[in-house]
Amino acid sequence: MGMTMTQKILAAHAGLDSVKAGQLILANVDMVLGNDVTTPVAIREFKKLDLDKVFNKEKVSMVMDHFAPNKDIKAAEQCKMCRTFAGEMDITNYYDVGEMGVEHALLPEKGLVVSGDIVIGADSHTCTYGALGAFSTGVGSTDMACGMATGKAWFKVPSAIKFVLKGKLSQYVYGKDVILHIIGMIGVDGALYKSMEFTGEGVSTLSVSDRLCMANMAIEAGGKNGIFEVDEKTLEFIREAGGKDPVVYKADDDAEYDAVYEIDLSEIKPTVAFPHLPENTRTFDEIGDVPIDQVVIGSCTNGRLEDLVIAAEILKGKKVKKGVHTIVIPATQKIYMQAMEMGLLKIFIEAGATVSTPTCGPCLGGHMGILAEGERAVATTNRNFVGRMGHPKSEVYLASPAVAAASAITGKISQPKEVM
Amino acid sequence: MKFDGKVIKYADNVDTDVIIPARYLNTIDKKELASHCMEDLDATFTSRVQQGDIMVAGFNFGCGSSREHAPIAIKESGIALVIAKSFARIFYRNSINIGLPIIECPEAVDAINEGDKLSVDMDAGVIKNLTTGEEFKTSPFPEFIQNIITAGGLIESIKSGLIK
Repeated sequence: MGMTMTQKILAAHAGLDSVKAGQLILANVDMVLGNDVTTPVAIREFKKLDLDKVFNKEKVSMVMDHFAPNKDIKAAEQCKMCRTFAGEMDITNYYDVGEMGVEHALLPEKGLVVSGDIVIGADSHTCTYGALGAFSTGVGSTDMACGMATGKAWFKVPSAIKFVLKGKLSQYVYGKDVILHIIGMIGVDGALYKSMEFTGEGVSTLSVSDRLCMANMAIEAGGKNGIFEVDEKTLEFIREAGGKDPVVYKADDDAEYDAVYEIDLSEIKPTVAFPHLPENTRTFDEIGDVPIDQVVIGSCTNGRLEDLVIAAEILKGKKVKKGVHTIVIPATQKIYMQAMEMGLLKIFIEAGATVSTPTCGPCLGGHMGILAEGERAVATTNRNFVGRMGHPKSEVYLASPAVAAASAITGKISQPKEVM
Repeated sequence: MKFDGKVIKYADNVDTDVIIPARYLNTIDKKELASHCMEDLDATFTSRVQQGDIMVAGFNFGCGSSREHAPIAIKESGIALVIAKSFARIFYRNSINIGLPIIECPEAVDAINEGDKLSVDMDAGVIKNLTTGEEFKTSPFPEFIQNIITAGGLIESIKSGLIK
């Protein structure tokens, strides 16, 4: 029986000729990642092993992005703990304030992940790198500790759902709308324990940024990973990032799938996920008047340069509605610099938005944009759970950067064509 | 492993943001994490939970973030075992890795109510509802996972040479 893309990568890293769904394996990993929230727990566990070094100092990444720049004394202590440990272990890829960015935007940008890799990260959105044809998945801090010690992780080989993409997205429709549409269709546990494999002629019409956004939210459908077929755009992205030579895996023709969905990209409309689950998706014919208090454009889902370009195109020469706090967060220092050079930051500031240093900040209700009781935000982030961005009685609506920017202008959930 | 305890029950899709909100993730102190466990979903949880209680929930328990702080907070609050219709996968592996016993059993969940008293024998794969007298069979963990649990978690598995 044939293997899926994910199964091929897992087999190769476990030293096996083939694997099948349900099999438990121990696989070598190419990168072990943690952030300032999850790494401290991993360090506590790692220290129980009495080791004086990690398995490979080049293959561990630590990114201080969640509560950094430090939001309070406790957050500062956690970053300090990571910094001290990274120094002791001589970790090559330790990124602190000034160099850091939102981890899942930073690693691809630095060329630290390439096609065919296995990446485990103590952050659920580690699945982002599937956009580059890697097997990457979120794990916990103890897995991170074990990964740092041994360079290995245990996996139950997943079965897969195949999404065959065809056609091309319409104007003002993006990867975010596609993945929200899919989560709305299959539900927040629709891909539980499974791979979401994206293939078909439509893939090549999507930018790498759109693919990163879609793979990023595989976890919101319960998926173990999201993975895209590799094409010339992927390889060019990796070359530009200066990554090592990629290894390209393709699913076998006779690979088995639990389900196959055909998605016509031309039929996808701007989509918004209503509180309090990413599966509560609506298109604009079902939305009506929803006044808002805040807009957040950023995060590992939609904080890349392409996202800022889209938002700037809509905000250019316009003003955000008075009372709508609009927060733009370039995901990395490089993106921040590029946005500055392109004049995007000027457009945001002139429109009445604020531009923040890279941080995960408001996405998880950490800092830099917390909601009060009863407040509503349109956010380009990935989760709208109860209390996700602040008060348990606040609300988060998930959308694309285009919808977020349009909503900032009108003060209610709006689609781009209403303001363009 | 055997457990006797009173049930605290929740619905589907209990996410890690309500198990332990991110605003409390600026600490790794287990007791402090436990003091905020479930507070955005059930403000009464920390005051009524007792050592040995069993948490029962619907589908996709622990969905969302990878924060290990979630199973740590549940375990530290005194919960001895979590039974759900299904678990989100990162929560599932985190629970195994830190030694929080979990069982997937949809049929049992439907027949268990808040406050029921359960007696659970994980080795025999039996959940007994002492309040209603009903009994349910569960499937055992695969051997590989059973070995991690028996070793006392993932770190102990490395120490004992199970994972090299």
